[in-house]
Amino acid sequence: MSETEVQPRAYRRPVSTWWWLEKRSYFVFAMRELSSVFVAWFVVFLLMLTYAVGRGDDQYQSFLDWAATPWVVVLNLVTLVFVVLHMVTWFNLTPQATVVRLRGQRVPAWAIIASQYVGLAVVSAFVIWLVTR
Amino acid sequence: MADSIRLQVSRYRPEEGSAPTLQEYDVPLRKEWSVLDGLNYVKDHLDSTLSYRWSCRMGICGSCGMSVNGTPELTCGTFLADLAPGPVRVEPMRNFPVVRDLVVDIGDFMDKLPRVKPWIIRDDEPEPDGEYLQTPEELDEYKQFSMCINCMLCYSACPVYGLDPDFIGPAAIALAERYDLDSRDRGARERLDVLIEHEGVWGCTFVGECTTVCPKHVDPAGAIQRYKLKAAKESVKAFLLPRGAR
Amino acid sequence: MTVSHDVLLVGGGGAGLRAAIAIAEANPRLRVAVVSKVYPMRSHTVSAEGGAAGAIAADDSLDEHAYDTVSGSDWLCDQDAVEAFVDEAPRELLQLEHWGCPWSREPDGHVAVRAFGGMKKMRTWFAADKTGFHMLHTLFQTSLKYDEVVRYDEWFVTKLLVDDGRVHGVVAVDLMTGRVETITAKAVILCTGGCGKVFPFTTNASISTGDGMALAYRAGAPLKDMEFVQYHPTGLPFTGILITEAARAEGGWMLNKDGYRYLQDYDLGTPSPTPVLRSMELGPRDRLSQAFVHEVEKGRVTDSPWGPIVHLDLRHLGQQLIDTKLPFVRELCLKYENIDPVTELIPVRPVVHYMMGGVHTDIDGATPIGGLYAAGEVACVSINGANRLGSNSLPECLVFGARAGRAAAEYAATAGDPPAAIEAQAADEVRRLERDLLHKTDGHEQVSVIREEMQQTVEDSAGIFRTGEALAKGVDTLRELQQRFGHVAVADTSRTFNTELVAALELENMLDVAECIVQSGLWREESRGAHQRTDFPARDDERYLAHSLIHRNPDESSRLDSLPVTITRWPPGERTYGK
Repeated sequence: MSETEVQPRAYRRPVSTWWWLEKRSYFVFAMRELSSVFVAWFVVFLLMLTYAVGRGDDQYQSFLDWAATPWVVVLNLVTLVFVVLHMVTWFNLTPQATVVRLRGQRVPAWAIIASQYVGLAVVSAFVIWLVTR
Repeated sequence: MADSIRLQVSRYRPEEGSAPTLQEYDVPLRKEWSVLDGLNYVKDHLDSTLSYRWSCRMGICGSCGMSVNGTPELTCGTFLADLAPGPVRVEPMRNFPVVRDLVVDIGDFMDKLPRVKPWIIRDDEPEPDGEYLQTPEELDEYKQFSMCINCMLCYSACPVYGLDPDFIGPAAIALAERYDLDSRDRGARERLDVLIEHEGVWGCTFVGECTTVCPKHVDPAGAIQRYKLKAAKESVKAFLLPRGAR
Repeated sequence: MTVSHDVLLVGGGGAGLRAAIAIAEANPRLRVAVVSKVYPMRSHTVSAEGGAAGAIAADDSLDEHAYDTVSGSDWLCDQDAVEAFVDEAPRELLQLEHWGCPWSREPDGHVAVRAFGGMKKMRTWFAADKTGFHMLHTLFQTSLKYDEVVRYDEWFVTKLLVDDGRVHGVVAVDLMTGRVETITAKAVILCTGGCGKVFPFTTNASISTGDGMALAYRAGAPLKDMEFVQYHPTGLPFTGILITEAARAEGGWMLNKDGYRYLQDYDLGTPSPTPVLRSMELGPRDRLSQAFVHEVEKGRVTDSPWGPIVHLDLRHLGQQLIDTKLPFVRELCLKYENIDPVTELIPVRPVVHYMMGGVHTDIDGATPIGGLYAAGEVACVSINGANRLGSNSLPECLVFGARAGRAAAEYAATAGDPPAAIEAQAADEVRRLERDLLHKTDGHEQVSVIREEMQQTVEDSAGIFRTGEALAKGVDTLRELQQRFGHVAVADTSRTFNTELVAALELENMLDVAECIVQSGLWREESRGAHQRTDFPARDDERYLAHSLIHRNPDESSRLDSLPVTITRWPPGERTYGK
């Protein structure tokens, strides 16, 4: 216990590049983060669609033909899966981020989550009505 | 039930320089024994050189957090019978420098905690003779966030903290929220100035593991998201409103 | 290396942190440091559950709090200290309220109070049943506000440096690096808590090893009333985890194996469905633990793998009350006994909980050594006498922590620099640690073996009921164990976080404290409060209305003498409960 004692080195465990595969919850998190890429892709896809509509029937038809090519269909199916994942995970996280009070009582988590699905259903129904009327 | 269970315990002696190794010990498997009881058995009967922290053995002092089979746990509240037949891997908490065996250095948290000013802040009025009134409902607002025992399991579970040790981290932010929500406190603005910085709340990407592993149901992830909303609101206000109206 | 401070606190629990803040507020120019073997928020204050007494209710008075405390102590407390204590307790608890302690509240926002054992009025402030936890974290977080308070976390103090009757600092091991350093100070306050770990079965945390008592005793300060050890009547049978007295204050019943509220047979009143103050389950802890032993003798208890037990019944309180007022009790029962108190009986047995005795101090926490103070469980002022009332210990930490802090600040402002002589003392201590513990190659005794034998010896000789014969035998055995400790081997040779070295140093402390407990018990030939001698079953005010003081002689033997009790307004009377 002399004064010349060197400070022993603490060990730092290296973080593996694959840390997000170590646990299911980490994996779901990584997928949720990844889902935003597909959300972005879908926004681009919609912009392309709008652009094509604005350029007349021919352009619109060729956009539809392109959208029906197998790789675009597969990409959009994958996108659908990720967008659903994105939606479900964020809906589930909402009650932690927001505290809603009704008449002084804190609204329970399940009610907040359920109300988001109700909202989604209403908006979807309106869009379907708008498109199919 | 078998009468013994194998512990695979991480050993590290800095003087020897190399990386940690696992050492195996067989300890009695008893219905009421926690992982901590197993470690105490090792220390008292098998190998007195094993180092780890513990104190209250009732889940309130926050000393005995370790990684048990890869999950951050209070070892005094994790039972061997639930992990039978084993083996049970006991390692130091992740994301912290390992000092020795199962002991980690939490100095980083101790340095960060004062930065969020976890104390009641009021304008310099003289303190009243009586108590500040606080209804049970007002108490309930922050009570959950006051339950933090500083056990560091949340830091150990947080991949953001693992990748970026500058992140101020779940427990510190939860304690900031605890004081912000206290009806006696007026310091929210001062704390926000700290937490709005890059290594504050915006470091969090809402993995949510801190809340999952919290043995006291503090929900630090919730506290951080609420802080983000608060910070965002302040930014919008600062952008839209003239100074006096904020 | 030597560092220096003006005031040094040894221990960072309730008393230590309160003292640190008191010093910082009294004189911001003083350099204050807190040395603790654990991070402050790990201190054993954290485990206190039920509450903190301070008379504030409209129907309450300071005199009633004082009388309950005096009669609870079996008249062995010092009444001037009790009067100061009850007067300052409400103010201290309010101060904690202003610092943010989440006290449970009445619907109108005022602080709520609950009943507690041996108290005639509702005066126990509480934060559900995690009062100690919330108090400690409030104090710790508030202390972070004061930049002038320096902390040495996870440093273990091994010696007080005393020269010419004055303290000048400490020698301590930095556990992280293993370095031994000298910290000089003009005043030192011991706030190291109790010594429950000298017994085999205790509510106390593993850190409650009587370090401060042993440090003071070896430095020449006497220990007072060490024979008075409190057994709490309700500990969980295997772990010894405390089930708070608040469980009984909220209306819980003690039942023997026949489902009978047996306390009615022990002069504690008659059963009533709702709690009655100072009666039955709300009697004092010493009497309840003694009643348990009598039930064992009558064969009216249940056997368990860990010895005889009785039951605590909370079922009639209902889930809502249990979840709001006693959530921790439910959490602990579910986790450690796998039973739910909402629907099941809680098995309990008496368990060592608190040391009434401690380092002899005056009303300002000053010990006979100049500049050395003590506060909290380590100290004996004494407000607890022969039996402490539940919920008096948390406010004791605050009141006497603050008093000792202010007194030490005043002392330090005028004290001079440490004399050169202490350097030699410090060097001796470094050599002792090196030679006797870290580099001893010929040791053959194991720390854990001696510790276990010591614990059993203390329990056998100084349990709930004692005899002169058993105590004398205990003294002999402890002497042998002290001899054997001289041959102890520390197998761990690392300097980094060497917990085996810490365990050895703690055992050395506990062996001294254990001897003081048993010696003092042998000296007191009467029965009073928690000290019950079956060979001297009556209280003897003629001979023993006095504190015991145990001193250490230079040859390491001990010497006992006594000090009269201070009586101001409450002459010794009969302790009556349930009337």
